[in-house]
Amino acid sequence: MWASGREDRAMSAPGFTNLNSSSSSSQDSTPNGGAAPLYQNGPAQTYPYMHTPSGYYGAPPQQQSYPTIPAHSTPAPNKAPIMNRSHSANYYQNNQQHPLPQHHVASSAYSAPPSSAPPSQPYTTLHYSAPPPSNAQFNQQSFQQQNPPYATPGSYCGQQSYHTPPAQHSQQQQQQPSLVPAPAGGPGAPLYPIVSYPSAPRSSHYGTLSSYQSASTLGVLPTQTGAPLHQYSTPRSASTQPGHSVAPSSQPTVNGSTAAQAIVPRHYDQSHQASLSYDSYSGASHSSGGADADRPPSGTPSASVHSSPGHHQEFEKGACHLTFIVCYLFPPHPPPPPPPPDGYVANSGASSGSVTASGPAAAPSSSSSDDDDDEEEDEEAGGDTSSSTTGSASPVLNSFDSLEGGSFPDSLPPSSDMTNQAQPYSSYSYPSMQPAYQQRPSSHTESSPSHNQYGQPGYQQYSQPFPSLSQLSAALGGLSGVPELEVEALRPVNLLQERNLLPPRPLEAPEPNLSPDLKKVNCSPQTFRCTLSSIPQTQALLNKARLPLGLLLHPFRDLQQLPVITSNTIVRCRSCRTYINPFITFLDQRRWKCNLCYRVNDVPDEFMYNPVTRSYGEPHKRPEVQNATVEFIASSDYMLRPPQPAVYLFVLDVSHNAVEAGYLKFFCESLLENLDKLPGDTRTRVGFLTFDNTIHFYNLQEGLSQPQMLVVSDIDDVFIPSHDSLMVNLKESKELVQDLLTSLPTMFSQNRETHSALGPALQAAFKLMSPTGGRVTVFQTQLPSLGAGMLQSREDPNQRSSTKGVQHLGPATDFYKKLALDCSGQQIGVDLFLLSSQYADLASLACISKYSAGSIFYYPSFHYIHNPAQLEKFQKDLERYLTRKIGFEAVMRIRCTKGLSIHTFHGNFFVRSTDLLSLANVNPDSAFAVQMSIEDSLADTSLACFQAALLYTSSKGKRRIRVHTLCLPVVNQLSDVYAGADVQAITCLLANMAIDRSISSSLSDARDALVNAVVDLVTAYKSSVSNLQQSGLVVPAALRLFPLYILALLKQKALRTGTSTRLDERVFAMCEFKTQPLQQLMRIVHPDLYRLDNMSEQGALHLNNTVVPQPPLLHLSAERLSRDGAFLMDCGDAFYLWIGKCCNEMFIRDVLGCPSYASVPPNMSHIPELETPLSERVRAFFDWLQDNRAFSSTIHVVKDDASAKATFFQNLVEDRSESASSYSEFLQHVQLQVSK
Amino acid sequence: MAFTFAAFCYMLTLLLTAALIFFAIWHIIAFDELKTDYKNPIDQCNTLNPLVLPEYLIHFFFCVMFFCAAEWLTLCLNIPLLAYHVWRYMTRPVMSGPGLYDPTTIMNADILAYCQKEGWCKLAFYLLSFFYYLYGMIYVLVSS
Repeated sequence: MWASGREDRAMSAPGFTNLNSSSSSSQDSTPNGGAAPLYQNGPAQTYPYMHTPSGYYGAPPQQQSYPTIPAHSTPAPNKAPIMNRSHSANYYQNNQQHPLPQHHVASSAYSAPPSSAPPSQPYTTLHYSAPPPSNAQFNQQSFQQQNPPYATPGSYCGQQSYHTPPAQHSQQQQQQPSLVPAPAGGPGAPLYPIVSYPSAPRSSHYGTLSSYQSASTLGVLPTQTGAPLHQYSTPRSASTQPGHSVAPSSQPTVNGSTAAQAIVPRHYDQSHQASLSYDSYSGASHSSGGADADRPPSGTPSASVHSSPGHHQEFEKGACHLTFIVCYLFPPHPPPPPPPPDGYVANSGASSGSVTASGPAAAPSSSSSDDDDDEEEDEEAGGDTSSSTTGSASPVLNSFDSLEGGSFPDSLPPSSDMTNQAQPYSSYSYPSMQPAYQQRPSSHTESSPSHNQYGQPGYQQYSQPFPSLSQLSAALGGLSGVPELEVEALRPVNLLQERNLLPPRPLEAPEPNLSPDLKKVNCSPQTFRCTLSSIPQTQALLNKARLPLGLLLHPFRDLQQLPVITSNTIVRCRSCRTYINPFITFLDQRRWKCNLCYRVNDVPDEFMYNPVTRSYGEPHKRPEVQNATVEFIASSDYMLRPPQPAVYLFVLDVSHNAVEAGYLKFFCESLLENLDKLPGDTRTRVGFLTFDNTIHFYNLQEGLSQPQMLVVSDIDDVFIPSHDSLMVNLKESKELVQDLLTSLPTMFSQNRETHSALGPALQAAFKLMSPTGGRVTVFQTQLPSLGAGMLQSREDPNQRSSTKGVQHLGPATDFYKKLALDCSGQQIGVDLFLLSSQYADLASLACISKYSAGSIFYYPSFHYIHNPAQLEKFQKDLERYLTRKIGFEAVMRIRCTKGLSIHTFHGNFFVRSTDLLSLANVNPDSAFAVQMSIEDSLADTSLACFQAALLYTSSKGKRRIRVHTLCLPVVNQLSDVYAGADVQAITCLLANMAIDRSISSSLSDARDALVNAVVDLVTAYKSSVSNLQQSGLVVPAALRLFPLYILALLKQKALRTGTSTRLDERVFAMCEFKTQPLQQLMRIVHPDLYRLDNMSEQGALHLNNTVVPQPPLLHLSAERLSRDGAFLMDCGDAFYLWIGKCCNEMFIRDVLGCPSYASVPPNMSHIPELETPLSERVRAFFDWLQDNRAFSSTIHVVKDDASAKATFFQNLVEDRSESASSYSEFLQHVQLQVSK
Repeated sequence: MAFTFAAFCYMLTLLLTAALIFFAIWHIIAFDELKTDYKNPIDQCNTLNPLVLPEYLIHFFFCVMFFCAAEWLTLCLNIPLLAYHVWRYMTRPVMSGPGLYDPTTIMNADILAYCQKEGWCKLAFYLLSFFYYLYGMIYVLVSS
């Protein structure tokens, strides 16, 4: 897959004829090119607004390609029978033995299907019909029903044939009026709305029990075009019209030479003026409606709220986004196709509308975009017609909340500054815009394509000839030291004497010692981080340093700004396939030298043209070479098959245990709420599957009056009862899905079945999903006890606190692993939610997610009444989970400079080859770690580079490549290695290695290895670097926290011994270590402790008119606590607010809203919104802490006398606990080991 | 010169050792392919795993033969490898089928290097023992 895209497509000469054509021609990007970003990932949905101004060309009318019919998914109808055939016989047998004669063979329903399925094909009859005797309720129900509602052949057909228009369905329905009445009759009926099983012998196999009548109107799905449109278009009435006329009217003074130019400036203007930049923005520049319509309706309102600048700090990041638009050379977009009714269409219509407005004359040639059914074709078409490059940078928003936060330049300070800037913008002369841009931190001034768009006089000043930073890079790299920093990092610290090691603010990643130019473009440490920010030259030097070398990657992180590049030719090195990046060297205008393998490559013609400056011969100014993180829209070369739609399958445990835990109701509520926010497009498909000791499928085919449940009780040989109707298009069958979700919780509330056939359910899920791939979400509440994948309890509760080894950390069976590998092969990712109060053998179950690149969530002792904290966490997690971005069919390759090689990967994935990870799904919350080794000396280079390229299909069905490149200096001195050591990254990598060790060897081994890491470091430092013959433990300042972090690691649930730890919780903690991004992991390992009751304004941040106090970090020790204070511990997934007994009454009153300490409720889990200044400050601080994390944390108010304080105190890692030593004891132990 | 059971043993083992040498080469090539990215680890493990037990059984079969033939020296030479095989199979990853190699861990550089090294060592061992058996066979034939 990866390799398939090898050939750089040479740019055809003709393309350049267009170069100097008016901007209008440039506006029209290749349809897909331009459009793609718009639809791609969740956040990207917002883009349309941003792009339009710059003529983000016509969005490819994707809608057309995927009209409501899920055409792509049509497996030939006859496929189904084939699958079933094998089972049928078997199953039939079973049925025969049933006490209830279910000889359905003769049933009219089947014999007659027009689809020519032979009657003997037991398809429907057998499978659906047999409710196992044990399942009393089912039987009951089914028998109460005499009418085979679904029996008519027609209906059956309808189900199968994909394309049956809704109308037909309705007819069918009408033909079978008998169906409807049945439901109400049965006493138990209400609970089981949908059982479609046999009723009287011979009558029919499809008893549809419609206990519950859905009011759904057939087939007609609400199209949401209207509402969102209006919502956004408000500010200017003129602007609401799709695009076209807007620009001129709103800005009459515009003197831009082309309409396109006019549009853009206006757009700036607006965004700056108004605090509701969003509205004005979208309204004006973009035929807003269309874009909005693209988004799920329910999402819009909230999104819009967030997007308004000044909302709150979160906003600051979310809202200010850079819109780079670089699109040139493209002939104007053809007039938009008549918008079809659904949202998508509107969108494209709108955006294209704006384009046309910008381009005076629409060039006829580029008709490609209209018919978008096939992405590749599109891509090709675009290439042929224009054969040019489109580079565009667009922001990637953080989350759905900030989706629409599409105001302008990235880091423009939101409020006051903007208004100031408005002036220059409105004047439209390019140079005057400059100042505003310079404020952007990233400050790639020249590269911001939006400028280029009006590549006006001002431009020359930037188009300096050749020597750019990329050329200088090699020369400068690694040489320009930052001596002060280095000296500070190397200052020897005697740990036994210095007690206050923590910096006042949370640690930042050390800056690599690079030239300023390189530093500026280097990859963000949040995305890409190396344990040693100065790479040792040889393995020998690395060994001497006794530090692990590795990378910590968070490749699919939600980004606030991401240049998206659409180009016919993705420029890559011919030999190592590295993507062009800021650290390559241009030898001259026509050649560049790869920074990983040093091969000299030609610069393709197309690349010579810089869309940013609209000038030829400036390859070094292209966005690819100006940004270390870029995203390419990939062509069909990068596809093995056409991009699949987003497909979500939910596999729900409905056994008695699950009903007891009560998660189902909350899951359904959450999904109902977020149904429209599921990332995807019009092709998105969903399915549901529930299981206890049988597996229940749900037929949600559009046209049914209500969901229909199909039960498969043959768990030894699972089959899929119907192939077309179980995974349905969300848009088309939305009402059915909603019906199902509303009724599911009650359907099973009486379920007494205690067994759980998870394995077979997963097998069914696999079969259901294999044609398309997608995401399977599994909810499980107990140990699987039936069928394949059955597990035994392995935990011995008496061993929970054993100090000896911990058994059973590995899987008990390879069933889940094998299934996961199968899933991975079919591009299915499995996410596991385990809500078990008993031991459920997570060590085995986790394999299903580990190797299919899924995520694992665990809620020990989940109960909807007894454990409100877990419930709240579950709900919050679920919301994030459902709405976060997702990439499908992904692979990630990590390349590194020749001489370095990858040793081991950590995380959830399948390692496909030495440097290639196969990720069925990729989500923005999972991170990876990579151990590296140095195979050849790096002596002949001064820079080492790492490139992670993630190729994925976005939820909008576009193939994209996200490329991160990290550049680090190579050093040959041990002291430099220590100076560049990143203690947090080292800790995380060691944690990963320790987890591996504890599974493959034993826990005590892993613990010893961790302690030895500290001992080794101290020894190595002592013997090699520090010449001072100090006694005591001396480490370089850069690593002064290392022993503390290691001690904290040893006290983590995953690695601790002696403290009672349930096996599942331990295993889950291990899984977390493997997948959590660095910041989150560090907060878990070493929580941040702040004192809240006496926060001062000193050093406070001022964000959006809120003051965020910055209290200093405290050491995690009880001696730092005082009875008269209130302390906040930030553990990553939870906040603990500890209130001392004599805590300031004012704090309790003003912040907690309670009159006195005694009246603070014991289980308080939120901070009331009080109007007092103190409360505001505390809440601002909380919000600020929450800001950057994906899953919102729960707040626990812990009183000093409450039993809950145990959790709090157990996080004070510097103190001695019942079974682990204190920090000073640990240091002494290390010292003893060193002096041995 | 007589055709004793021992001589028969040696002749048979000669043939079987040739097979083992083939197995070893096969393993080496397979791991090399993995390392150079030619093959999918799942496929590779699926082809390699069925070969593991036959190899071990063949070797075990030798040992039994030599034991029966009272070729103590030869047996002693083979015992360490036999013990290694037993240990190796005991410590294999959890898997339902026969075999040693787990596609999820095989790409780990340490494990891959170990497997490769194991392959080379076995190849050397089998080659040497091939000549030893040749010598042994002739010796037995001549001496008896």
